[in-house]
This record gives sequence, structure tokens and C-alpha cells, in this order.
Amino acid sequence: MDSDTSLAARLARDLDGAFPDLVEAHVDHLFTIALRLLGDRRDAEEVAQDALVAAHRAIAGYESERIVDLRLRPWLASITVNLARNKRRRFADRHPAQSLEPLTASGFDPRDDAVVDPSTVAVERESAGELGSLLLQLPVSLRTPIVLRHVAGLSVAETAAALGRPEGTIKAQVSRGLDRLRDLLERPRSPRGAGDAHLRPADPPDTPRGVAFAATEVLR
Amino acid sequence: MTSSPQADPLLDRLANLRATAPARVASDALVELGLADRYAATDSPLGRVFVAWNGRGVAWLGTAADSAEFEAAVSAHTGRPIARADALPTALARSIERRLAGDRRARIQLDLRGATSFEVAVWRKALEIPRGEVRPYGWIAAEIGRPKAVRAVGTALAHNPVPLVVPCHRVVRSDGTIGQYSLGGPGNKRRILTSEGLDTGRLEAEAAAGVRFVGSDTTHIVCHPTCRDARRVTERHRVAFPSLAAAAAAGYRPCRHCRPVSLVA
Repeated sequence: MDSDTSLAARLARDLDGAFPDLVEAHVDHLFTIALRLLGDRRDAEEVAQDALVAAHRAIAGYESERIVDLRLRPWLASITVNLARNKRRRFADRHPAQSLEPLTASGFDPRDDAVVDPSTVAVERESAGELGSLLLQLPVSLRTPIVLRHVAGLSVAETAAALGRPEGTIKAQVSRGLDRLRDLLERPRSPRGAGDAHLRPADPPDTPRGVAFAATEVLR
Repeated sequence: MTSSPQADPLLDRLANLRATAPARVASDALVELGLADRYAATDSPLGRVFVAWNGRGVAWLGTAADSAEFEAAVSAHTGRPIARADALPTALARSIERRLAGDRRARIQLDLRGATSFEVAVWRKALEIPRGEVRPYGWIAAEIGRPKAVRAVGTALAHNPVPLVVPCHRVVRSDGTIGQYSLGGPGNKRRILTSEGLDTGRLEAEAAAGVRFVGSDTTHIVCHPTCRDARRVTERHRVAFPSLAAAAAAGYRPCRHCRPVSLVA
């Protein structure tokens, strides 16, 4: 936090001079948030890059007092969350969830579609393990606070500031999300393993919230 | 129900989901913002040249013995980090190719941060000189409303960061000689002008003989010698003048296309 405070002061004095330091200090952070919200490395790279560019453009339009007062971590997190949400929406618009079913039935794996070095994907799957995929099965409203609070390591106050929700709501959502995650962890694995977990509907039919999220969650 | 953070292995596992961004995320963001540059080699009438660009536009074009020399030259000028790319972005490569082939509709964004408004005015004016034609330094000075700043125009053109794209090679000395060129000297300037269809031998020979303007005795219009209107005049009707005053005295009016001006010494 201290380093962010002095960074904000330097940004207020010399935006272009100090911005590379912001990039270096926060890029992994933003990439992590985007990756765990979206589950796709290429999308996450784009979102992280766009978030940095958006942050620069926003700061360029701010008065210096406002820049000095910026709490960079939650502010940058909120930009990233918004861009990730837009990306997911655009993806969902372009690829209606239903259209994948006949394809997957015939053995199509949407991961093949991404121009990603297969070895990278393998490493990613291994190191993130099943947990990364299970996280993607949580509804976005629970996944986002968990990613900010427990993956990115923001405080409850920072998570609340980033998402514009009261701290009490964040605590409740994090706790509910963790419970859901434990349920998913204890459930027996599907025959094809964790790799295709993201193709299943987000919520099992017996949970009341399932219907609302199923449409957007099928693909992610 | 949830156990304390320290004791919960799930929280440790979630913290382990932190990832490291590939280096290109940071560098692409900085390039897009114009806080760093990329460069690549491309072909030109002068052979291989290097082009540096960022999200704001093309920042530099130059020849160099090797990458290191080019990087040092650009960094010293811009103060920004620069890294080599495999190739120019496709759209930019095509625009530059079209520009160098004389297509003035090909739009190329330029990053001219650090330039004075006078320099930008000079470069912008140079962009108006058609391929295959030249104008004297004094013409640019007059056109931008600074008729006495002829020497400063020469300095500004020498500092053109994007030669070829901004065709400073189409600006010659007021006495009609080819003059200096920032991209490798007068020899290169002659080479490019020739590649653009200009007969530099004739231009220099006529200039040496005192010809500064050319008119047609049928239209009574006087032009810069390389103006496309002047080049259409047949030899039989071509009249050479040493000055605009002489042309005016003979009843000639200045061409509306090349707008010849009396040159300040």
C-alpha cells in the first residue's frame, strides 16, 4: 500500500514517467484477476493490457488531487473486472451457449480453437489444477469477490471498493462462494477430468440460482 | 462455519492460483500508450530502412548499419525504451508501401511529440509537395507564413524524424541545387527523386543556367520548373525566367497549383 501511495503521487506529478512502474507493479495482479474470471489465457492477456491502457487514459483526465487519492489496487481491479465482464458478454453474444452442444457431442474441444501453445495450457492446467476450473463454475457474482479477495489478495475493504458493494455483502458472498467451492471439490470427478468442466452448466440443477447464470456460464 | 484464514487449506490453494503475465502484456500496453516503441525493417527506394512506431503513430524512420545503432539513435531522441519486432503491423506496412509509391491517400499516423509547432507546420507543408516535384525551402517558408524563416525551414527538415514518409527530399535549395539530405546525404536525395520520376540532371543543369521559373507562352502562367503544369508545356511554348519579377514583367501570372513566390535571399 505504501508503495502504491507514493506511486500515485508520482503519477500525479509525471504520468508518463511513472506509468511504467505502475505497469510493472500491477500487471501480474491484473492478469491473475482476468485469468481466474475468464479461464482463458489469451482473453486474460487482452483484458490485462486493455485495463492498463484504460487506467492510463483515465488518469490522464483526472485532476492531480484525485490521482494522489487513488487507491490503485482496488481501482485497477475494478477496471479489470469490468473489462472481463464486457469480454464475457461479447463472447456470449457471438457464441450462443446452445450452439456448442452438437459440436462438443461430436468431440469438439473449444480449447482447440485458441491459438495457444498446447504446452502452456498443459502447464497451466497442472499448476492451477482442478481448482481453477471449479472456480469458473461459480456464478460470476460469487466468483468475482473470491478471485479479488483470495486469489488476488485484496482486503475485504479493497474488494468492497473494487466491486462497489458493502463490506458485509462481500464477506457473505466470499463465504457462500467458498462453501460452494468446497461442495464442488468433494463431488466425484467427471470421466474426462477437470479439462471439460467448464462446458457444464455453472450450477447444478438442484441449486436455486442455477437457472439465472446457466446461460452465460456454460462456455466459461 | 468457515474456518480462520490461516488454517484453511482452500485459501492457500486459491492464493496459489496467482499467475504471472507474459512479458508481452506489459510491453504491448506501453507501446499502445506511446510509452515505448517497436521497430522493424522494411524496404524503401533507398533499400532497407528501419521504422519505429507506437500506438500514437510512426515515430522514426532511418537507416542504420545494424539494430543496435538504430535503437540507440531512436532512444536518444525519444527517451523511450525500444524493442525489435518481427515485422511492421500489416496495415502500417501497406500504408507505408502505398505512400512511398506515391499514393497520398494512404493515411499514416505520426507520433511527433517533442516537435515544435513550427517544425510540424514545415513537415505538414512538405507533405503537400506531389511526388516527382520539388519546391525550394523559401516556398515552404512563404506557405506557412514565415517568409523570412528559410534557414529555420532547412533546420526543421533536417530534423524530420520520418524521412520518406514526410518527403523532405522534395525540398531543394532556392538556387535550384539539390541541397542536403538527412537520410544519407545529397546522393540519396538524388536517388529518391529519380525513383519518383524527376529528371534531377535537367533540374540542376537548368538551375545552374539561372532558370528559377518556367511559363507557357500560350497560357501566360508561370510555375516552379517541376510543377506538373509546367512539365506539360511543350518545348516550343516553354519560357524560362530567372525571377518572378521577370515573369510578371512579361505579363505572366503565378500558377494556382504550385504557387511560386519571390524568394527571399
